Amino acid sequence: MPAFRFNLNGRAQRIETEADRPLLEVLREDLGLIGVRYGCGEGQCRACTVLLDGRPVPSCVTPVRLAEGKSVLTVEGLAVNGKLHPVQQAFLEEGALQCGYCTSGMMLTAVALLKTTPNPTEQQVAEGMNNNLCRCCCYPSIVTAVRLAARLSAMNTQGVGHAG
Amino acid sequence: MPDRTEWIASVEPERYELREPLRYEFHCDRRVFLQCAGAGLLISVFARTLDAQRGAAPASSAGRIHLGEDGFVTVLSGKVEEGQGPRTEFAAATAEELRLPVEKVRVVLADTQLVPNDWLTAGSRSTPVTVPLVRRAAAEARALLLATAAERWKVDASSFQINAGFVKSPDGKLTLGYADLAKSGGDPTGRPAELTPTAAWKTLGQPLVRVNAHDIITGAHAYPSGIQRPGMLYGCVLRPPSYGATLESVDLNAAKQMTGVVALRDGEFVACAAPTSYTARKAVAALAANARWQTKPQISSDELYAHLKKPDGDRQPQVQQSGSVQSGLQQASKKLTASYHIPYVAHSPMEPRTAVAEWTNGSLTVWTGTSNPFEVREDLAKSFHVDPSKVRVIVPDFGGGFGGKHTGEAALEAARLAKEAGKPVSLRWTRAEEFMWGYFRPAGVIDIEAGLDANGRLSAWDFTNYNSGPSAIASPYKLENTRTRFVYADSPLRSGSYRGLAATANNFARESFMDELSSAAGKDPLEFRLAHLENGRLRDVLLAAAERFGWQKRRKESKPNSGVGLACGTEKGSYVAACVEVELDRASGIPRLVEICEAFECGPVLNAKNLRLQVEGCILMGLGAALREEILFENGRLKNGSFTRYRVPRFKDTPKIETVLVERKDLEPAGAGETPIMAVAPAMANAIFAITGEPLRALPLRAKSGKGDSGSASIR
Ligand code: FES
Ligand code: FES
Repeated sequence: MPAFRFNLNGRAQRIETEADRPLLEVLREDLGLIGVRYGCGEGQCRACTVLLDGRPVPSCVTPVRLAEGKSVLTVEGLAVNGKLHPVQQAFLEEGALQCGYCTSGMMLTAVALLKTTPNPTEQQVAEGMNNNLCRCCCYPSIVTAVRLAARLSAMNTQGVGHAG
Repeated sequence: MPDRTEWIASVEPERYELREPLRYEFHCDRRVFLQCAGAGLLISVFARTLDAQRGAAPASSAGRIHLGEDGFVTVLSGKVEEGQGPRTEFAAATAEELRLPVEKVRVVLADTQLVPNDWLTAGSRSTPVTVPLVRRAAAEARALLLATAAERWKVDASSFQINAGFVKSPDGKLTLGYADLAKSGGDPTGRPAELTPTAAWKTLGQPLVRVNAHDIITGAHAYPSGIQRPGMLYGCVLRPPSYGATLESVDLNAAKQMTGVVALRDGEFVACAAPTSYTARKAVAALAANARWQTKPQISSDELYAHLKKPDGDRQPQVQQSGSVQSGLQQASKKLTASYHIPYVAHSPMEPRTAVAEWTNGSLTVWTGTSNPFEVREDLAKSFHVDPSKVRVIVPDFGGGFGGKHTGEAALEAARLAKEAGKPVSLRWTRAEEFMWGYFRPAGVIDIEAGLDANGRLSAWDFTNYNSGPSAIASPYKLENTRTRFVYADSPLRSGSYRGLAATANNFARESFMDELSSAAGKDPLEFRLAHLENGRLRDVLLAAAERFGWQKRRKESKPNSGVGLACGTEKGSYVAACVEVELDRASGIPRLVEICEAFECGPVLNAKNLRLQVEGCILMGLGAALREEILFENGRLKNGSFTRYRVPRFKDTPKIETVLVERKDLEPAGAGETPIMAVAPAMANAIFAITGEPLRALPLRAKSGKGDSGSASIR
């Protein structure tokens, strides 16, 4: 079986597996990263979002071979040494979740959004996150949380850390 | 599994039984070692009358509150957490009654081996039914602490104050806390302890973020689909190509020759398990390629509404009447009729049905996302011919249900596969399976006929719901001559509960028709409603929403292609009213919700943070069904069984939302996860009626120029 190498949450990772397996399933089933979630497998809900070289991608329709040589960031890699990422802190403070199943994907999309748009308006958040579904419909509080994260990041002199 | 209507029949009475005053009994078991909480004192509380009526084993066999020797208190409940907030509510209720910080309370939910059976998590009953049980048990522990301290230090119990879970001796030198009680034990005081009155609440009533939110935002929380067991395989099921199809033949060898694959057929159940989902899918694809099926003709969505009105068997309609509709119609100077169409909609929670099953020495453990853990345990026990005591169902907090996970299909399937494989199996349904093989909110036809007298008052009201259910079927308005009927029908698709059950459908029809009537009577919709409304709580929310929205003024403004509408309703002891502004795209007939102001009242507010989330969530979920959710089917297949085709609300659909929480501290709390959904669609329909002058009588809402069915109507 072919082997693939990528950087996973800051660490070198090597995995032997079928090249066309979805990255989502490799991360969950082989590497135990259960924070990456399946919602649809059709690229429509983004519960499975991971950052591939900093860009949010739906890992359910991303074959593992496309991760070769890249960096993969999952929700498990957001906090550094137990210190929450500003986006996590904001979601926690605002309580922007009900069942929380979409939250990982929401936060990773927000991390990428804040990198290109550090101080988004409500409308920019809605535009930038429209691919992500929350079936509990926490949209208003997620928008609030993302804008709070923008303020927390600005206050944080280290910016958004290694995730950014 | 009971179908929808049996479910209603078995649950509705329970709601009323549970509201009767209960006789509580308390038990303290000393020094119990609770698997999840270590050594301590276990306090049980149960209602004798209820258990006797039901003939069930008393719930007291499992404790409600555990005082740990480590100073932590554990509250146990058979309810599940799927996003509506009972976990946090129980933590707050326990902390409140024990005078403890919330951080000292652990909550164990829905593990059939550890917790009392609190039945199905549905019908907004966790708040009015389970919270009081939790509070009773916690209050009992508090009374025990006070009584023990009084005896130990020979002073009157009423002279003590509990501070952060401790009482101090009169000389201030000694303290006594729940951990001490856990070590030394104590006897129940014999009479029910007083619950803390609403006015004195310190923890209840506070806006709390979900107690396990930290585990969620770090990704650490294991949802059912995240449970991983040593040696676990992943399962995949061969589904029939269409509803009603039966299996003629399948050659399992196609899968069995693949490395690591377990393939099995048990009657109609055909499935594979493999070390990865990827391989399991490939194995099932190989079976699908050789499987032969016998199909049967099926009703399609085009024929749905005619089909639902055909008589079905000999089940008698549920009828309620007062006065005489006939004489009311005779007195009427105007008579109106309308027929409303409600399609099937899908719950589509973000986490599809999932279970992990593991057999050890003839005992079965299943982790699964279901709202009905004890029932699923029964189902498993029956299916595998084992005693229920050999089956343990654990429900980790799961990824949403909205009434769509009252069953345990994945649990049975995973257990069957795990038995065959001799290894734990995780089975997570795909999104397509969740759409096709779960169940739907029932479709329905609702016919209404009403009469208006010369003064513009309702003189008769005749309301018939075919198939979609009797929740909130009774009109909250003052009516002298009325008949409501719920008529059973043959539902072509499997259907079941949903957020608010049929309340949304019934309220959509009723509240839309109220606007047609007010228009026929030449009255403002708000005035017309108030003139027929005696229920003070409903009047209050209606007035609150109208005032905050600026109804009087905005109703008179005229903007092209935009209009305002309102609706109200009540169900499960809570009250809602919404005013909306809608913009209409005339070319397509598609509406857009610009703004909604919703007032909601559910007694005293237990957790304002969660309440807002629930109200907003209901509004937006209701918006989905109003705008575009509708299951289409043909030849036994779904035409839109995917997120690509079945479009649920997204960020950009979110309107300006204003939530007005009307608080009634003098009343008992009611649930809040359902009722706020029921005002959205009719308020929008009424706004569109105001724009076009043509009433809309079908969901999803499409004005005439667009495609879609707007029902049939006539004014005689
Ligand atoms: S699971 Fe990947 S987009 Fe839905
Ligand atoms: S919180 Fe449940 S799906 Fe977003």
